[in-house]
Amino acid sequence: MSRISLTIDGLSVKSQPGLSLLLAAREQGIDIPTLCFHDDLKPEGHCRLCVVEIGEPGRTRLVNSCTYPVEEGLVVQTQSEKVLASRRMVLELLLAQAPAAELIQKLAAEMGVYETRFKKADPQARCILCAQCVRTCREVVGVSAISMAYRTPKKMVATPFQEDSEACIGCGSCVFICPTNVIMYTEKDGIRTVWGRHFELQACTVCGTYIAPKAQLEHWAKLTGDPVESFFTCRDCR
Amino acid sequence: MPWPRSSNLSANPNRDDAMSKIEFPLITRHFGSIDPESLEAYVAAGGYEALKRALTEMTPEAVLAEVEGSGLRGRSGGGFPAGRKWRVLREAPGEKKYLIGNGSEGDPGAFTNQTLMEQDPHAVIEGLIIGAYATGASQGYIYVGHEYPLAAQRLRLAASQAKAKGFLGDRILGTDFSFDLTVRRGAGAYVCGEETALMNFIEGNIGEPRNRPPYPFQRGLWGQPTIINNVETWANVPVIITKGAEWFARIGTEKSKGTKVFTLTGDVKNTLMVEVPMGTTLRQLIYDLGGGIKGDLEFKGLITSGPAGAVLPKELLDLKVDFESFQAAGGNMGSGSLVVMDQHTCMVDVAKYFLQFSHEESCGKCTPCREGTKQMLDILTAITNGEGREEHLPMLEDLAAVMSGASICGLGQSAPNPLLSTLKHFRAEYEAHILEKKCPALVCRPLLKYTIDPETCTGCLACLRECQVEAITGEFEEPQEIDHELCVKCGMCYAVCKFEAVKVES
Amino acid sequence: MIDQEKFEEILSRYAGAPEDLIEILHELQEEYHYLPKEELQAVAQRLNVPLTQVYSVATFYKGFSLEPRGLHHVRFCQGTTCHLHGSQRLQEGVVRRLGIGPDQTTPDGQLSLERVKCVGKCGAAPVLAVDQDYFGEVGVDALAKILKPFRKPK
Repeated sequence: MSRISLTIDGLSVKSQPGLSLLLAAREQGIDIPTLCFHDDLKPEGHCRLCVVEIGEPGRTRLVNSCTYPVEEGLVVQTQSEKVLASRRMVLELLLAQAPAAELIQKLAAEMGVYETRFKKADPQARCILCAQCVRTCREVVGVSAISMAYRTPKKMVATPFQEDSEACIGCGSCVFICPTNVIMYTEKDGIRTVWGRHFELQACTVCGTYIAPKAQLEHWAKLTGDPVESFFTCRDCR
Repeated sequence: MPWPRSSNLSANPNRDDAMSKIEFPLITRHFGSIDPESLEAYVAAGGYEALKRALTEMTPEAVLAEVEGSGLRGRSGGGFPAGRKWRVLREAPGEKKYLIGNGSEGDPGAFTNQTLMEQDPHAVIEGLIIGAYATGASQGYIYVGHEYPLAAQRLRLAASQAKAKGFLGDRILGTDFSFDLTVRRGAGAYVCGEETALMNFIEGNIGEPRNRPPYPFQRGLWGQPTIINNVETWANVPVIITKGAEWFARIGTEKSKGTKVFTLTGDVKNTLMVEVPMGTTLRQLIYDLGGGIKGDLEFKGLITSGPAGAVLPKELLDLKVDFESFQAAGGNMGSGSLVVMDQHTCMVDVAKYFLQFSHEESCGKCTPCREGTKQMLDILTAITNGEGREEHLPMLEDLAAVMSGASICGLGQSAPNPLLSTLKHFRAEYEAHILEKKCPALVCRPLLKYTIDPETCTGCLACLRECQVEAITGEFEEPQEIDHELCVKCGMCYAVCKFEAVKVES
Repeated sequence: MIDQEKFEEILSRYAGAPEDLIEILHELQEEYHYLPKEELQAVAQRLNVPLTQVYSVATFYKGFSLEPRGLHHVRFCQGTTCHLHGSQRLQEGVVRRLGIGPDQTTPDGQLSLERVKCVGKCGAAPVLAVDQDYFGEVGVDALAKILKPFRKPK
């Protein structure tokens, strides 16, 4: 397959067709900040932090670098005035939306934004609606136990009817992936509690350390067709 | 209908300017004159002749060339050339191709699409069938705004009638060409007027827009090539095939061909829906057709296409209705709503009203629109409540820049338009609200003061009864008095007084 | 408890593909005046879509309600012309008389309020509708009379 030629920040670049501008830039060592992008998830362009300016002078526009594919002859600027102003504003808005999110404070400070002029939400708020939790549950885990409910002004990540999600297997992937520590789980006496549900943790039949919630192992057993007991030995003991 | 719904220009024999030169109205020609629930009536009026001509006398390529040659542009949003859209669909690689008729009309001041779908559903259907023939599409969807159940009902009826007569479905009119249509009712989301959100809706999902590329003609419904056009655009197609591209291209301006249906409402004498050739001026629409301002008050501004539109001052009244002019003025044509505002309108309040709308309709997927509309609304509310600060104006301008530049879709990109245009043309009004805490148009109630004129007050006690905070005192048949310490400025006394005894000032 | 017969009747009109979700929800909304939880669970199962998707769709679109709506619907037109002619004040008047918020239902289940966009009767702004009846040029003082027939007698 022939490579695509384009210009990124003045550099002549040859990229694989189908690659996003974000990844093409990364290959050249150009780092574009992101929030909702994750290598293991399909890019969806929620946060708009990764915008870059494309086009000939006088006819440029901002596009999401995580979803826009490389194009023959494209001229891309990742640090223009317009791009920086847009990124700073997005961060300023997020500082107001999620005042307690440390990641936002860090990214904003890196761009010289230390406070927000806008009205802040609940001082404990941390969710930036990047949807990584929802996307992980859907694409990686495959159970779709949580989703985005409502729309602006009430948009939120929720379980169906905001009650116990039957589809949840307690794997905690959403906790792991959340960049701003919104979702938590607690573990006590062999029980993991996440999204309000309690999951019995399965202990390794050999060494006794907890592996994962039984429900999660049952899910894997269903996917692979292996008997669930085969998952009751931890990795170290195999 | 309690008021004129449709005005047929050529029916007015006294018109001797360019407006009367169109031979017959194109899109509105059947409104009110044929039974929209009868296929026979549509056929008797010449309906489906264009389809017959296309299928029996023309190749798909010839039909496409005709639409390209007509210069027809999409009747909503940016006015993309319809022929070009059809061409890319025809050339797109793919097994199954889709057409969509967008009848969402989310603009809260428009009902042109509603009327078209209710009064002439077959015209939309015929246009889609011809389009399918030209582009190779095999399945179509018509999306009908949630507010229009009658339109959905009539379109469904029309589709089943057309099917029964062989105009739609398998082997249309005995040829090898097959095309089917499904009508889908919207569920209440302005954002679904945006083509990619619309596609997500049809697939059974939430109406969040998709990033582009890929464009709908590349990967649309279920990943297949798809194009979307407004229902009014589709309704133009049978006319173009019947009368020919050359004939059609003679109507309108150099870059905007054909006619456009507008709704003219607000503070005009004649509220109406009217079809005019592109190039007609706003002044002609408002004064010649609309009869001027109600009560002979002063014209203050015109809102074009609602929440995505610009507010135009009287200096721009000679603007010609065409795609380029609207865009240059900071808005777009949309489904064609024109709301006239007289001197009693507060432009800050208008900007706030539209931001409220955009905020509630925003899908919430991207930060600039979701958070931007929220903060803009917050600031405008503060300004209209008398809590405006000098730094609010630059904050609004900064927000507008990021929303229009970095939002995923047209909703967020256009949401700042009413604010930007009112700020541009009516900046003094914003400054009065912020610096002097006054509302010159006497609309923003927190900035007003209500008093009762003892000369005019009859003591009927209507205001006293309405007052929730007992701020009005007085005896029956004696002049009433408002205690300003208690008054919360709800304005209800002003609303109920039949003798105009309640005075307002700012 | 789910009305199995009614449910089957509705579903029989569709192929049962995920794209039929929204039309099915429309029918359920029309039948029950809201979307009951059990019906939504059944739809998810039948169409083989995750319950979370059904919930997302049901909460995203304003045309659907997860709470029962009243017997009678009072709809305020919030279109541009109606707004310019005092629909805001009208809404405040109704909210005050009924004691509920602009998108809520009275505790006795009689009336629910809804804000809608242009109903196409701009010449008579501000417009209010109760079920199929439209009222034009409504003044705040006319509200009590308009709402009276639809309220439960005390």
